[in-house]
Amino acid sequence: MKKVVMSCFLLLAVCMKLSAQGYTVGSVVEDFRLKNVDDKMVSLADFKSAKGFILVFTCNTCPVAKDYENRIVALNDEYAAQGYPVIAINTNDPVASPGDSFGKMQERAKEKNFKFPYLVDADQQLTKRFGAAHTPTVYILSKTAKGNVVEYTGAIDNDQDESNPSRSTFVKNAVNELMNGKKPSVSKTKAVGCTVKWKKA
Amino acid sequence: MKYLCIIMVCMIASVGNAQVKLLSLENFDKRLASGKDTTFVVNFWATWCAPCVEELPHFERLQAEKSSSPLKVILVSVDSKSKLSQVVDPFVKTHKLQSEVYIFDEPDQQKFIDHVNKSWSGSVPATLIVHAASSRRDFYEREFSFEELKTLTIKPN
Repeated sequence: MKKVVMSCFLLLAVCMKLSAQGYTVGSVVEDFRLKNVDDKMVSLADFKSAKGFILVFTCNTCPVAKDYENRIVALNDEYAAQGYPVIAINTNDPVASPGDSFGKMQERAKEKNFKFPYLVDADQQLTKRFGAAHTPTVYILSKTAKGNVVEYTGAIDNDQDESNPSRSTFVKNAVNELMNGKKPSVSKTKAVGCTVKWKKA
Repeated sequence: MKYLCIIMVCMIASVGNAQVKLLSLENFDKRLASGKDTTFVVNFWATWCAPCVEELPHFERLQAEKSSSPLKVILVSVDSKSKLSQVVDPFVKTHKLQSEVYIFDEPDQQKFIDHVNKSWSGSVPATLIVHAASSRRDFYEREFSFEELKTLTIKPN
């Protein structure tokens, strides 16, 4: 019985740790400095003319993230010039997920011709700070006097394998609304994804 | 008696060409609500999710091992509905899964995610444990070892 109680406590502790909250809509985001696939460091502050950002927590290996790669490229093609560039961040630990090594990220960025940064979150602190639980997860930020504020969190759309006839392009809709001076009418969505591959203690 | 059981399990296993079926959210609720003293262990997984695939044998074992109280494992794949016959069905056959396997008949993932549990971010694997008689409904967005699963499904008193 003692063992059962102990196990329950352990489980509870693990669950509590996992559900630790990150940024939500309205949060002011602290800037970061992470290495890009071209070996240069990237911060939000580098994007002087940006009005906001489409941050995508993703990775090389998750099949859902892979399904969305072309759509991430398309988002940057459409919105970077309008002031909302894509910044992709690889959440996964390369030991826990060898397909997510820096070398493999460079390969993927080249293969898919990423015109946006694809950053390594080596200590996974940024992923934790944002509270991105799975890949792919998007945070749309807008640059304000207070700093970079979270306007939207969630999925790119509700049509992973492009078979949903009632498709809603959540991220596009939200950025379009922001560009029109409005708050996103849908600011939090959910979709199925792969758990972040955390560094093993 | 023991041998008879083994023979029967083997027979069931040999004919067990489990077919993946579509499940509406309404029927999902009805099924769980009608369980009375049965503990339902509902695992949400996907063919593309490596940790889920690793974890599946634990659920199969949980169902196969004699439990003192009624227990029913249900596997709900979050693969897209469009992948049912080409991907999920063949997967179930190759892995010889004995549990019931379903895909939600709901193309909008957000609808079924919130329906299952408001706190679910959408990551898989995830597991829901329901025991209607004691109003138990616990949701876990994580992987389990077999021992952990066994501990979790012990009949609550």
